[in-house]
Amino acid sequence: MREDYEVIIGLEVHAELSTNTKIYCGCTTKFGADPNTHCCPICTGMPGVLPVLNEKVVEYAVKMGLATNCEIARFSKQDRKNYFYPDLPKAFQTSQYDLPLCEHGHLDFKVNGQDKTVGITRIHIEEDAGKLIHDAYTGDTLVDMNRCAVPLIEIVSEPDIRSADEAVTYMQTLKSILEYLEICDCKMQEGSLRCDVNLSVRKKGDTKFGTRTETKNLNSFRSIARAIEFETNRQIEELENGGTIYQETRRFDDARGIGYAMRSKEDAHDYRYFPEPDLAPIVLSEEYIANLKASLPELPHVRKQRYINDFSLSEYDAEQLTISKETANYFEKVNSICNNPKAVANWIMTDFTKLLNEAEITISESKITAENLAELILLIDKGTISSAIAKKVFKKMFETGKSAKQIVEEEGLVQVTDENEIKQIVLKIIDLNPQSVQDYKAGKDKAIGFLVGQIMRETKGKANPQIVNKLLLEILNK
Amino acid sequence: MNLYSLSLSDIAKKIKLKEVLIKEVLDSVYARIDEVEPKVDAYITLTKEYAYKRAQELQEKLDNGENIGVLGGVPIAIKDNICTKDIKTTCASRMLENFIPPYDATVIKKLEENGAIIIGKTNMDEFAMGSSTETSYFKKTKNPWDLEKVPGGSSGGSAACVASDMAFAALGSDTGGSIRQPASYCSVIGLKPTYGLVSRYGLVAFASSLDQIGPFTKTVEDAAIMLNVITGHDNMDTTSLDIDYEDYTKALVNSVDKIRIGIDKNFTKDGVAEDVKNAYNNSLELLQKLGANIVEVDLSYAKYSLATYYIIATAEASSNLGRYDGIRYGHRAKEFSDLIDLYKKSRTEGFGDEVKRRIMLGTYVLSSGYYDAYYKRAQQVRTLIINEFKKAFDNCDVILIPTAPNTAFKFGAKAENPLEMYLEDIYTVPVNIAGLPGISIPAGFDKDAMPIGLQIIANAFDEQKMLQVAYTFEQNTDFHSKKPEIK
Repeated sequence: MREDYEVIIGLEVHAELSTNTKIYCGCTTKFGADPNTHCCPICTGMPGVLPVLNEKVVEYAVKMGLATNCEIARFSKQDRKNYFYPDLPKAFQTSQYDLPLCEHGHLDFKVNGQDKTVGITRIHIEEDAGKLIHDAYTGDTLVDMNRCAVPLIEIVSEPDIRSADEAVTYMQTLKSILEYLEICDCKMQEGSLRCDVNLSVRKKGDTKFGTRTETKNLNSFRSIARAIEFETNRQIEELENGGTIYQETRRFDDARGIGYAMRSKEDAHDYRYFPEPDLAPIVLSEEYIANLKASLPELPHVRKQRYINDFSLSEYDAEQLTISKETANYFEKVNSICNNPKAVANWIMTDFTKLLNEAEITISESKITAENLAELILLIDKGTISSAIAKKVFKKMFETGKSAKQIVEEEGLVQVTDENEIKQIVLKIIDLNPQSVQDYKAGKDKAIGFLVGQIMRETKGKANPQIVNKLLLEILNK
Repeated sequence: MNLYSLSLSDIAKKIKLKEVLIKEVLDSVYARIDEVEPKVDAYITLTKEYAYKRAQELQEKLDNGENIGVLGGVPIAIKDNICTKDIKTTCASRMLENFIPPYDATVIKKLEENGAIIIGKTNMDEFAMGSSTETSYFKKTKNPWDLEKVPGGSSGGSAACVASDMAFAALGSDTGGSIRQPASYCSVIGLKPTYGLVSRYGLVAFASSLDQIGPFTKTVEDAAIMLNVITGHDNMDTTSLDIDYEDYTKALVNSVDKIRIGIDKNFTKDGVAEDVKNAYNNSLELLQKLGANIVEVDLSYAKYSLATYYIIATAEASSNLGRYDGIRYGHRAKEFSDLIDLYKKSRTEGFGDEVKRRIMLGTYVLSSGYYDAYYKRAQQVRTLIINEFKKAFDNCDVILIPTAPNTAFKFGAKAENPLEMYLEDIYTVPVNIAGLPGISIPAGFDKDAMPIGLQIIANAFDEQKMLQVAYTFEQNTDFHSKKPEIK
């Protein structure tokens, strides 16, 4: 991006709520069933049906509002957003227009060590649409209504975001809160968390916003970042070449890494919003809101501070561990057994994360139980195995799910600490390498490293390195 | 006397006392249908096979000494916009010509739980949009009192079938007068309950904030019995109210002593046929003679009801009817070039003119830039009308106005001028706008021997007062016992 430009971004984030049933009927919200098996006359918009609001949806949305410092509306209503599309059986989406459940919130987080605040304009409840499936064999387009009326919240941010990094961190922070509240499963690849990016650019110093475009339906952090970079560069280039930015809806093709216009605002829908006459307004009492507030779990930023205070972790480590509730819970469980927070943090953030990313699974899906990781750390702490061996054991644990002890025993990896035993090997290596001994005596310290390496190789890495060093020097310096 | 000509309460008693078999009652009604239906055309679908099966089941239960319910074995007709499981529900539209609902409306469940037998689905204006039943895609229902005239609408089939003894009672729906106006035209009882009293689950929506299901009957007592059955809170309809429901037959007291009857002379000054005005004045006189007090109330805002109605009702309709797009059920055009073309052609072919007119009106009033001027303002006027009625009921128990300004008219007489047709609802629409209960009862005949109805309106959830006045009027007149000679 050119230095003389500034990018202005606002995000509209859609999160599917993990209620058991849909927003206006008793159908299950489970993902992945055969098409049109999770639907009924109500969610397929049969003539004569009426909606009944699932109260859990309101509860979840209010929790999110409270967790993002929003004002909660004591009186709000639902509205119909009218448009025709085959995945929308009623030809209107029930949403909230001018009186959303939550407004005027904000989210604080750190981006590259800098404090950042992004305003939350509003959070409202609405229903999801179905899915169109194109049958390549017959050429037909078929509709699957299982997702129809799965509850969503839409979280709309202020145009406070100034880079792809900020956008991604904002999104990660939202995801983290949704997970902590246990109101969304946040499976981005399944579409249960996705976002639209509103973006414009302007010359630095300008006070007016440029014309913005909206890139729809981004469902990974990577595609959010790439779509923002693409669109920023496109707009700047367009302006530099004397062109005009049009207010339009765009898509981003992740595979090809390019964005393209979907439709312009000129032929945009007039949604003809009006209050849903089949649903009464949502009236919330002070008591209801107070109860929900009291029921909120510890949120990520609070937990992070606790980790800094209680475990003496660095801010960075605390942040990395607490961003995912799953990871943080795992961390605490391991540490409750082995009581070595720094070591637990290191294992989770380095070796473990690397293997999880490679396998594309989450920490609770891995075969390494918290108990087993704690055991491994205890084995190191007691000196039963060396750190080098531990890394190998860890990999085995990840692959097989066996406990550290079992692997160490099966493979005879227990660290050798018997000085007599090590001494024999040291003497043997010295005998075999007279040149190195000579080099050492001639003042070449490097030779020590070679000899230690030879000894470790002889012991298959099991010899305690401190003892090896101590004995080797003793013998050489005699 | 033929069985079919009895009232609902009389036939129910005869069945319970085993003076007649349920099958005999069905035979009688279907024979009557065979006789007069070719002239009246009240039904879209007859459910004969289903009805006889039900009759047998109910008879067995009765013979085993079981309670078959207050409507046990009574044949009842249903307006064709109320969903009946496995029975075609067309809304008198080509769009739903072959639509078979996979579920029963709540009122259907309630009727059947109380022993009613559904004998057929009745004709109506397409999607309940109209005041003459002429907009039906299938047929024109005739007024049993004069086959060259309309039965009123939109529940014209239900009114005509009760008036011609082709059912002991029928259900209709009333969005702006669709029960009361045809009841008035056909000389039967038509009751529109308070909004929220009867579940709308399964009633194909026209205007959600105005629609309400209600009964057509031959007597006020029958109306109270039907009301007892169909009212009650329903978990499937959040606009249905959770209140204590009383036994409406307890309101059937032959007295209007000290009852305060509200009237607004200005409201009925212009545009009312002379004979209707006379019948109205005679009715007031009679009730006064029976001990009621007449009080003046101010319904100045009520005259804006019709304008308000045609904004709110069409707005809601334009949204409610969006789902008929040819994708999942209902009419789909045979040939189309793409998705938009599929929508356009299916809806162009599937809907009639009046439905299209209202969808367009509703789409317009909700459009961006017009919402505030039309829809929002209409809602504000609606609040004024509601408050005006509230104030009026501070000083009176019921309000009396004619049901319709005219008696039934000839086919085609108003078809070319929608506005003139809309004006036939001028006295019924305010009741829907305010969400109040209203009943139309037979109150006379004009010089052409066409029926005239009297409308009694009560405060919200005060159906008892309304029924008491209606019952007293009925007991002291004999208009309701006159039957049409169908020729």
